[in-house]
This record gives sequence, C-alpha cells and structure tokens, in this order.
Amino acid sequence: MTSIGNTPETARLPLTAEIAGRLLDLPVVRDKKSLRSFITAAWLGWQIESNWADPFLFAIYSIARPIASVLILVVMYSVITNGATDQPIFAYIYTGNALYILVGMVITGVSWAVIDDREHYRTSAQLHTAPISHFSYLYGRGVARLVVGSVSVLITLVFGVIVFDLPIQLSTIDWPLLGLSTGLGVLSLAGMGLMMGSLTMMMARHFWSLGEAVAGSLYLFSGAIFPLETLPSAVRWIGFALPATYWLEAARRALLGPDAAGFQTLAHLTNGQLNTILAVFTVVLLASSLYVYRWSLARAKEKGLIDMETTY
Amino acid sequence: MTASHAPDAVVERAVSVTTRPRASVMTEPAAKLDGARLFWVTMWARAYPRMVGAYRERSWMVFDTILPLLGVAAYVFVYRAIDAPQDYIGFVIVGGAMTAFWLNVLWGMASQLYWDKDAGNLELYIASPGPLMAILLGMAVGGLVMTGTRATAIIVLGSWLFDVNYSAGSLVLLVVTFAATMAALYGMGMLFASVFLAAGREAWHLSNMLQEPVYLASGFYFPVKALGVAVATFVSVIPLTLGLDAMRQLLFTDDPNLGFLPVATELAIITVLAAVFLVAAYYMLDRLEQRGRRNGRLTERRR
Repeated sequence: MTSIGNTPETARLPLTAEIAGRLLDLPVVRDKKSLRSFITAAWLGWQIESNWADPFLFAIYSIARPIASVLILVVMYSVITNGATDQPIFAYIYTGNALYILVGMVITGVSWAVIDDREHYRTSAQLHTAPISHFSYLYGRGVARLVVGSVSVLITLVFGVIVFDLPIQLSTIDWPLLGLSTGLGVLSLAGMGLMMGSLTMMMARHFWSLGEAVAGSLYLFSGAIFPLETLPSAVRWIGFALPATYWLEAARRALLGPDAAGFQTLAHLTNGQLNTILAVFTVVLLASSLYVYRWSLARAKEKGLIDMETTY
Repeated sequence: MTASHAPDAVVERAVSVTTRPRASVMTEPAAKLDGARLFWVTMWARAYPRMVGAYRERSWMVFDTILPLLGVAAYVFVYRAIDAPQDYIGFVIVGGAMTAFWLNVLWGMASQLYWDKDAGNLELYIASPGPLMAILLGMAVGGLVMTGTRATAIIVLGSWLFDVNYSAGSLVLLVVTFAATMAALYGMGMLFASVFLAAGREAWHLSNMLQEPVYLASGFYFPVKALGVAVATFVSVIPLTLGLDAMRQLLFTDDPNLGFLPVATELAIITVLAAVFLVAAYYMLDRLEQRGRRNGRLTERRR
C-alpha cells in the first residue's frame, strides 16, 4: 500500500491517511498525475485544517463560528419581530445563512492555500518544481475546507431544527434537487475560488482580503440572508449574474419545500431551469478557472512572484 | 501633504525629537538611548511599517473602504427586509466600523508575535535593546491608524448610502469613550499577543474562533441589551461590548432605554479594563520571555 509521507508501512496510519493511501493505489488514479495531485492535496489540506490543531479546539471552532454567525441574525430578527421565528422569512434567513457557510469556505479555500504555501509554510517554490499538477493540487487543497464547511452547514441546520423548530424534515426534503444543485453549486464556486487563488499568486498586499471580499460581496448580492427584491434595483442584476444566487434558491426549495414559496427570489424559474443555469455557470467557471490560472501563473513566474514572501 | 507621506513625517519627527538633529545622523555615532526615550523611539519604529505599508499600494482604497462595506451592507438589508426602525441601520453601520478594530486586534495584534516568530523577527526583537512592550505598543498604534481609515470609510460611506442620522449628545464624551475603548481593546490585544504566542500553531484557530462569537456576544449588529442582563454582564469583559453600547447611546439619543448601563458607568468600567489589560500584558510578556529564555524555545519555529 502507498504510504503517505514518511510513515512506515507497519505503523498504524490515521484514517484519513488510510483512505488517501487506498485511493492513490487505485489503478485509475495511479496513472493520472492530476488525480494523484488532487487526492494528496486534499489529504494535506485536511491535515492542516484538523490534525495540526488541538482536536478539542478544532471541534469548538468548527461549531462555534457557524452557530455564532447564524445567532447574530437570529437576535437581529428577534429584536425587531419579538421572536416570531415561525414566520417563513425567518426560515429563509436562517437556511440562507447556514448554506452560505459553504459559499464562503469554497470561495476562500484556494486563495488561503496559495497564501499558506507561499507565506506561511514557504513551500511554493518546491510545489512548482515538483512533478505534480499544481492546478489539481489547488483544487485538492480546497476540498478540506469544503468538508469542514459541509459539517458546519449540517450542524447549523440541525441546531435550527432543534432550537428554532425550523420546518425541515428528512421525509420532505427534495433530495435529488438538493444533491444536483449542491453538486453544481459547489463546482461553480470552486471555479470562482480557483480564480481567486490564481489572482492571489500575483498579489503582494491585500491578498488576505481578496477571498473574504468576494465572499462578502456574494453575501450581499446573492440574496443569502434577505430576498433580492430588498436590494435597490440598480444593483439587483449583480445577484442574477452569480451562481450562488441560483444554488441558494434551489437548495432552499429542496430543504423548505412549500415554506420557501413566500420568498422565492426566482419564483418564475422552475427547478429544472435553476439547475440548467447552474450547469452553464459550472462549465463556464471551471473552464475560465483553467485560463485564469495559466495566465496568472505565467505572469507570476515572469515577475518573479511565484515564491514571494512579503511577510505583509 | 499626501496620506502616504503623513506617517513618515510623524515617525521622523518622533525619532529626531528624541535623539538629535537630523543633519548629524550620518556623521556622528548613534546616540545611546535608554529609558523612556528608547521606549518612545522603539514604539514609533514598530508603528512605522504599519502606518506606511498599508498605503504603499493604491488598492487599499478598494480593499479597505468599499469591500468591507459590502459585508456590513448585507446586515443593513436584513433589517430593511424585516422593516426595522432606521436607528437599527445606524447600529449596524457603527458596529460594522468597530469590526475593523476587532479584526485588527485578532489578526494584527494577537497573532502577530506568532507570525513574527515564524518570520524570524521575534528573535531580532528580543536581541535588540528596544523593550518588547514598546514593540507591542507600536503594533497597536500602527494598527489603530491603519484600521482607523477602514472604520472611518465604513462610517462615512455607510451613513451616506443608507441615510443614517446621528444625534450626538456630547461630542467630547463620544471621543473620550472611543479613546478609552481603543485603549482597553488594544491592551487586550497586547495581552493576547503573549497568550497566542504560547499557543503556537493554535493561534490561527484561536483567532478564527474569536471572530463571529465576539460579534455576537458584543452586540456588533444589535443592542447588547437584547442578550439579557446575565449574558451582557458576562461579555462586558470584552471592551467593545460596553464601548459600542456607550457610543450608540451617545450617537442615537432617540431611545432612552437603548443602553445596557449608563454611559458614565460604562466609561468607568472600560477605563478599569484598559488599566487591567495593559498591566496584565506587561506581566504576561515578561513571564513568557523569561520562560522562553529558560527553556530555549521562545523562537523555536516548529511549534
């Protein structure tokens, strides 16, 4: 069996290393550099996110942040409505905020990987000279944050069902719609995330803010926590040009069913149309991410920025 | 004088006043500084890169002004979606501006010594004659100036875009409250710097963990009173909780029942917090340095 890192064959490997090792041993993976790079990077990302932290602290951090984030909205809502959490708008705000965790994580995941490799671990030069597919490696590094984000979404939704009686039931969830839209949504967001990461390769300052800033913009313009109709009409179109808007709408419909009907930003679109739009976004963004990556990489190499340590 | 030159002038003046005329710098041996003068010069020397660095690249105008406003605007539209009174929009704008300071304390103060260790600067700090406390204070001063731009932009742009009206009861009291809150907040940041340095790699997760939970606990986007007396009392140890509450009471005087405690009481507590945090930061830093020297692991980068 393939061993990850320098772990001896006889030593007991952690579960994640075991899984990664088994995947790397699959014939279809063994001959594909891009798949090998992707899987190894995903495993590395998971190690960085979880194992290199105290497990207790990591668990608290994974739970406290999303719960606190959604509780801010709950308190804001309750102060104004005297705690009318049974209203459909509450379910809209709550589920939107819970699902948005994934948007933030996926969008910022790759740019953080670039910053980490270059500024923190200073392995950028080695990564670019190693016989790996760096493009696949970056996608792989984003996977760990996707996993952490998915767990946070799940915890937040379960918390909402238990504490605020959110109208979500396993039997009424439209699973095919949820699965398809989430798959497409995550892929399109990953494309955006990789573009952010690629642009980060060329930035000396403010690179910390890029992913966060884009995630913040999506929070505002995608109708995550309020119906898009609330936005001034002059900027509402931005929301319609973002994949996150369509994914959030589809996921809300899948989770809340008829309860989502009162606040459908895109009520005129059928579920099929939502998924088609998402599919188009996914293809365009994934293809664009490859071009943006190649262009950024060439420029970063040209300008000698590829392993730049700014300590900014 | 342009914005990018202003910090240079401040630092140059601070250094020249405390040492000797500038013309003699190149010809005479450096004067040996000690005591308060050394502290003063060290502090400005550490503040300098923070004050200047942020403005060297023009993109700060976008990254530090427009983009932070987008996240704040999302909360404004939530209040609009549920037909909240206009004052609540103002609460969000003021709270949103204060998030800039909290983020700066977490990422630019608390985590900084850990990053300095990582970059190899910590051993230079310790080897230099400059006191570590002055370096921490310089980080705070530089961070305060840098973050002040971002906070001002959020207040000015946000108030203009969302038509927020303020009715300042006492401008002097408002300025004093803000200054005391910043002293306590950055004192807390200086204390955290030592704690996070001791935490090693966990510093990253600690900073992350203290972000949204503190936004919630300190009532960044709603009056902290809404959390109930017990919770509000408990979280008053975070200087921004009472600072923000007092500033809101002074800026939005329409609702006399808005505040958690009277402004004078909150100001007194914040002042005490500032003193406690600064003293605690001094002792914590000293203890950490002594322990690190004994163990020989203070600048070890593996942790």
